[in-house]
Order: sequence, then C-alpha cells, then structure tokens
Amino acid sequence: MNQDWPLFEVFVRGKRGLNHVHVGSLHAADERMALTHARDLYTRRNEGVSIWVVRSSDITASTPDEKDPFFEPSGDKVYRHPTFYDIPDDVPHI
Amino acid sequence: MTQTTTAAGPEAQDRLQAHFDGVIAHDRRIEPRDWMPDAYRGTLVRQIAQHAHSEIIGMQPEGAWITRAPSLRRKAILFAKVQDEAGHGLYLYAAAETLGVDRADLTRRLIEGRQKYSSIFNYPTLSFADVGVIGWLVDGAAICNQVPLCRSSFGPYARAMVRICKEESFHQRQGYELLLTMMRGTAAQRAMVQDAVDRWWWPSLMMFGPPDEASPNSARSMGWKIKRHSNDELRQRFVDMTVPQAEKLGVTLPDPELRWNPERGRHDFGTPDWDELKRVISGNGPCNEERVERRRRAHEDGAWVRRAAAAHAKKQAARQEAAREAGQDAGHTGTGSGADGRETR
Ligand SMILES: [Fe+2]
Ligand SMILES: [Fe+2]
Repeated sequence: MNQDWPLFEVFVRGKRGLNHVHVGSLHAADERMALTHARDLYTRRNEGVSIWVVRSSDITASTPDEKDPFFEPSGDKVYRHPTFYDIPDDVPHI
Repeated sequence: MTQTTTAAGPEAQDRLQAHFDGVIAHDRRIEPRDWMPDAYRGTLVRQIAQHAHSEIIGMQPEGAWITRAPSLRRKAILFAKVQDEAGHGLYLYAAAETLGVDRADLTRRLIEGRQKYSSIFNYPTLSFADVGVIGWLVDGAAICNQVPLCRSSFGPYARAMVRICKEESFHQRQGYELLLTMMRGTAAQRAMVQDAVDRWWWPSLMMFGPPDEASPNSARSMGWKIKRHSNDELRQRFVDMTVPQAEKLGVTLPDPELRWNPERGRHDFGTPDWDELKRVISGNGPCNEERVERRRRAHEDGAWVRRAAAAHAKKQAARQEAAREAGQDAGHTGTGSGADGRETR
C-alpha cells in the first residue's frame, strides 16, 4: 500500500472581506488532516480566518503562457474597460 | 505538471527559450507550468531541496535544548522557533514539488547522503548560550541570504522566502535578547556567551558558501536571477551588520583582522578556513553522522503512523462511497462542507 500521502493545495482567507488566496501546498492522508496541517503550517500567526484545502489532482488549470489563445477573447475587448469611453472633464462623479 | 523540451522542434525550442529569457530580463517571475530550460529546473530543485533540508536538519542543534531550557518562557520560545523551522522546511519542499519532484524522494536523498544541507548544522550546541548565538548569528546570516531570495526569479521559491523572512526576524531577536539577558548576568554567564560566539562566528561566515572565485555555478544562478548577490557580497553585508550588534552586546568577534575600513566604507575581515568548510560539507564535520542518523530514525519511526493514517483515510473514503451509493447523506463525517458552505457531496 502506498504510504505517501497525496498533495493538497491550501487557500487561506486572510481576514473577513478578502478572498481565499492560494498560499502553498502540503501532504495529508485525507481532507480533514489537510485542514489541521494547513492550520499548523500556514496560520501559526493568525494569518487566516478560514481555510480551504483541495486535492492538487482535482485542480484543472489553463495552460501557462499568458499569450495563450485561451485569454484572447478578452484581449481585443477594450470596450470592457472604463477608460475606453471619452467623457468631458466637466461631467461630475463619473 | 512538468513539461519537457523533447516534444518541441528546434524553432519552437528557440521561441520558448526567447520567451523565458524575456521573462527573466524583465524581472518577471517564472511559474511552475511555464517552459524552462532543464538546467534552470535542475539548479532550482537542487538549491530548494538543499535549503529545505537545512531547515529540517536545523531543528536538531537547538531542539536538543528544548527539554533543558532554563525557564518556561525560554522553553515556549524555543519550541515556537524550532516549529517555525519545520514550517520553513515544508514551505520549501512544497516549492520544490512544483518543479515535478516528490517530497518523499527528496527526504530519501537527504537520508542517503545524496543531497546536502547547510554546513552550519553540523556543529554541536554545547551550552544554552549556543541557542542565543544561533538565533543571533545563524538566523542573522540566514536573513542576509534569504531577503534577496524573496525576489528570486522562480515564483514559488520567492513566495516561500517571503513567508520565511517574515518569521526569521523573531528568530534573530529572541536570540539576541537571550544573549543580552545572559550578558547582564554573572561572569560565568558572560563567559558562556563569549565562548559560544568564539565557536559559531567562523562557521556562520561559511554559511555564505565558498569565495566567489571558487563558486563556479554562482554566476549562472545570478544570470537566471535565482540568486541576486554573490557569496562574498552577502558575507560582507553580514559582517557589516553584525559588528555593531556585537559591540552593543559586549562580546568580541574572534577575528584579529576585523576592522573598519574607512576607504571602502565597510569592514575588513579575515579569511575563513575554507578547508574546514570543505571537510564539513563533504560529511566530516563534528556532527554530520549524528544529524543524518537522527533524521533517518525519525523518518523510519514515523513510517507506521504514515501507513496507519493512509489506511484510515482509505477506509473512511470507502465508507463514504458506500453510504453515497446507499443514498445516505455522508455530510456528517467531520470533513465539513465545501467552499462557501455548499455541501460537497
Ligand atoms: Fe528557517
Ligand atoms: Fe530561523
């Protein structure tokens, strides 16, 4: 039997109002152990109020290169950004 | 997660290399799934693994004093410090694993003597003053080494270093405070501090590695921006940082050649015994065998725990699977609910 524990990715919410952020990974036998290990490893100084763990093998990722066609659909849509629109300087609050 | 270069034709290969070079030149970060030259990957694996091993082995010299700490306060501090070093080792193994190696395999290589760790941890801790001097000098030298690594070109390594550096400052300060306390004590306590400084000073200078002219891979690592400063530059910084701290403490650094050089605006200092460094690195320091043997024993003694936990996890998973097939709610296993409180299953 394989005694090497699987790899988990750890996400920590630093404080209320923030998203969970990926902080690293660790090995654990199961999800519950991954959570307690994550607490001991990544939040020894109150770095978080909430932790997610997920098996690394369960993560689906885009391909790495930022020039990848995967992100192309958003590349040419400049009109999604507020700076695309010319508004006269004397219009307030916009 | 690793990508090899074999699949790409020569032109694609040049494009990948050019992109990699561009990222480095623009001081951006390489991330694990990016293409990278095999030699860059190999250098990183070796450096990060050695660094991780150093943190793990580094628990031993100080850990030896946990049960003999002179007060509950010092015991709690030392415990927390040694626990941090375990954490540093784990952050770094995690960073190494993003390069496609396996932690269990790295541990095996350490135990079998196929991978090295910092020479400093092969010296014995003879008195409680050593705990203070390690915090002050050894963690101080580690800080000098590690702060520039926070800007290392490999993202996971740099991020691990940011986390580590935040914790190192506690390590250095607790050590220095411990020494200040002893220096305010009896003559015997002051003598203990001086003796520890005498023993640890030169090995601390050796932590920065051999002199630049004897460190052939340094230039390549600096070209890749894995490393940001040469060994000798970092050593000089450490000396300049430490001299005024030694004065405040009231100890003498055991180097007759150590003096301020007003022309350079830096301290001149003597040459460490590089033969000693070679001896200790190649396995013949005072404690090499003991350190690796202790690590091996801990690893082997823990084998049944790892096996038992894996067996338990497997059994639990099978039970959950069976419960799900029987149409029952398996949410009460204690694993908790998924992200944002949605039930996972
Ligand atoms: Fe450390
Ligand atoms: Fe440390």
